[in-house]
Amino acid sequence: MAVSVKDYLRERFMPHIWCPGCGHGIIMNNLIRAVISLGIRKNDIVMVTGIGCSSRISGYMDFHTLHTIHGRALAFATGVKLSRPELTTIVPMGDGDALAIGGNHFIHAARRNVDMTAIVMNNNVYGMTGGQFSPLSGYGAMATTAPYGNICKAFDIVELAKGAGASFVARTTTYHVTSMKEILEKAITHKGFSVVEVLTQCPTYFGRKNRMGDAVDMLNYFKERTVPIGSEKKEKDPSLIERGIFVQEERAEYCTEYEKVVGKAQGGR
Amino acid sequence: MGDKILFVQGNEACVEGALYAGLNFFAGYPITPSTEIAELLAIRLPERGGKFIQMEDEIASMCAIIGASLTGLKSMTATSGPGFSLKQEAIGYAVMTEVPCVVVNVQRGGPSTGLPTKVSQGDVMQARWGTHGDHSIVALTASTHQDLFRMTVEAFNISETYRTPVILLLDEVIGHMREKLILPEAGEIPLVERLWTSVKEGTNYHPYLPREDGRLPMSDFGGIHRYNVTGLIHDMWGFPSDKPEIAYGLMRHLMDKIEDRVQEMTYLKEFYLDDAETVLISYGSAARSALHLVENRRARGERLGLLELQTLWPFPADAVRERCQQAEFVVVVEMNMGQIMQEVKRTLDEKDKVFLANRIDGTFISPSDIRNILRLIQGKGV
Repeated sequence: MAVSVKDYLRERFMPHIWCPGCGHGIIMNNLIRAVISLGIRKNDIVMVTGIGCSSRISGYMDFHTLHTIHGRALAFATGVKLSRPELTTIVPMGDGDALAIGGNHFIHAARRNVDMTAIVMNNNVYGMTGGQFSPLSGYGAMATTAPYGNICKAFDIVELAKGAGASFVARTTTYHVTSMKEILEKAITHKGFSVVEVLTQCPTYFGRKNRMGDAVDMLNYFKERTVPIGSEKKEKDPSLIERGIFVQEERAEYCTEYEKVVGKAQGGR
Repeated sequence: MGDKILFVQGNEACVEGALYAGLNFFAGYPITPSTEIAELLAIRLPERGGKFIQMEDEIASMCAIIGASLTGLKSMTATSGPGFSLKQEAIGYAVMTEVPCVVVNVQRGGPSTGLPTKVSQGDVMQARWGTHGDHSIVALTASTHQDLFRMTVEAFNISETYRTPVILLLDEVIGHMREKLILPEAGEIPLVERLWTSVKEGTNYHPYLPREDGRLPMSDFGGIHRYNVTGLIHDMWGFPSDKPEIAYGLMRHLMDKIEDRVQEMTYLKEFYLDDAETVLISYGSAARSALHLVENRRARGERLGLLELQTLWPFPADAVRERCQQAEFVVVVEMNMGQIMQEVKRTLDEKDKVFLANRIDGTFISPSDIRNILRLIQGKGV
């Protein structure tokens, strides 16, 4: 490979803020590899993020980067994309960022089907603030704000995205790096709103609070507790989590539809 | 002046002004009494190839115009009290990241849902201090549709010149009242275009290195320079920093780029101030009643004058001080509990001569309301 991952990083920003064992770097690595293999110019990529550990990813990458406010990355990205539809727009978010404070923007971005890629880096916890439960922590999970165990169930990001109308929905994990890269490539190429949930480990908070061991133990957990879509194992054990591409369909894309509005407005009605 | 004459609502005059200024991106959410701005732009922007989007909420609208502005488009949103509250965090982000944009707030009665269809000027201080942290802000207003058109253009001009959000603080009466608007010819009101960087590709571009005149040359997202934009305290590269000297420099820059240019940003109108014993200070629709009263009283030989403020923030303290020096009474006419009155008191040495003539009940303040209060102040009884 002529280009290296390093060419896409801003070393000036380093060292990064992520803890030892954090899965976010694995996602960044695969994102860069996906961009390289798709051959997209750095000048043609806008990366928009919100607030949280995951959202710092934009600063480390050599694209046009917009590190915004908590939960609103997709709203900012919608403004960018509608203004410059030719730009590839990638929006990595944390699970709290995307689905608690940003939940409304998430479902409406899916409904609107603006051509952008939302990556939910799901580590089941608010890491930057020190380990509070998120809407993805799930029933029984321990967190600093759920010292007696969390009493509500988690969102299923895939089902939520499907229900909201996302035209591309996938799930992968930081253990499955090869398929993660392929899924990210497909998501970025997909014309419409694509959602990729990446299960990623937070050994510092979620892992420690829930006695899941170190980063390697958590990666093994992803290996053992997830199965490809339609696997027989899932039939035997419904608690297993499916990974793969759940939805991939052509649907009217917002910016393209808006061009038709412009045509109508200019052509007289 | 052009020969195209319209008879329109203030909200329409605002739309005309924005389009004249070169607006090409609007994001909004329905709210009374500003909705007509969104409705009209939904028709007008696509006609000229511009972008209109109705977002899922007020916050998203504010965020979307910031994203659009970074790609080089002149951007605006419009709202009223509750929506203005929701937008505050993102307005602060635009302040911090120095992204030009215009936020229209057609004020209605508050707090909370308040009086959605009734007039108020209760958001003056929210415009100044609504978002967290120390910073400066620009807020403009107008009392006639002709002025509103002009101030909308100036809002874009200031926003683009100094890379700052500008608040256009209208009110329900101005927004919904119909009156004449003469559309200026192209070129009649000068337009400021964004200052783009001349730094060549492959050469270091510092997105957050201000020039001596306070301006920062921009590079569009999607252009030849890739850089980082963050709401964190950042250095000239746009990289986060918590170094005290970087924080201090940025804080001072955000404040000084506006506060050092108060005079340049001051728009006001003067009526019969030369020999005025009583100076009324007013703005927005309230200034219409104030002017009516002043003209009425002048006809009877009373030495009454009006200072109409079109720039509320940064507060034109020097101009106010100068115009009020000779006055026996200074009466601030506004539809709130004295938000500008307090600022006038802060400004003048003789605080005892400053009075308030107001209404806070959703009813438009009338000339006779002001006259009655004036008689009390002057010791004449009602």
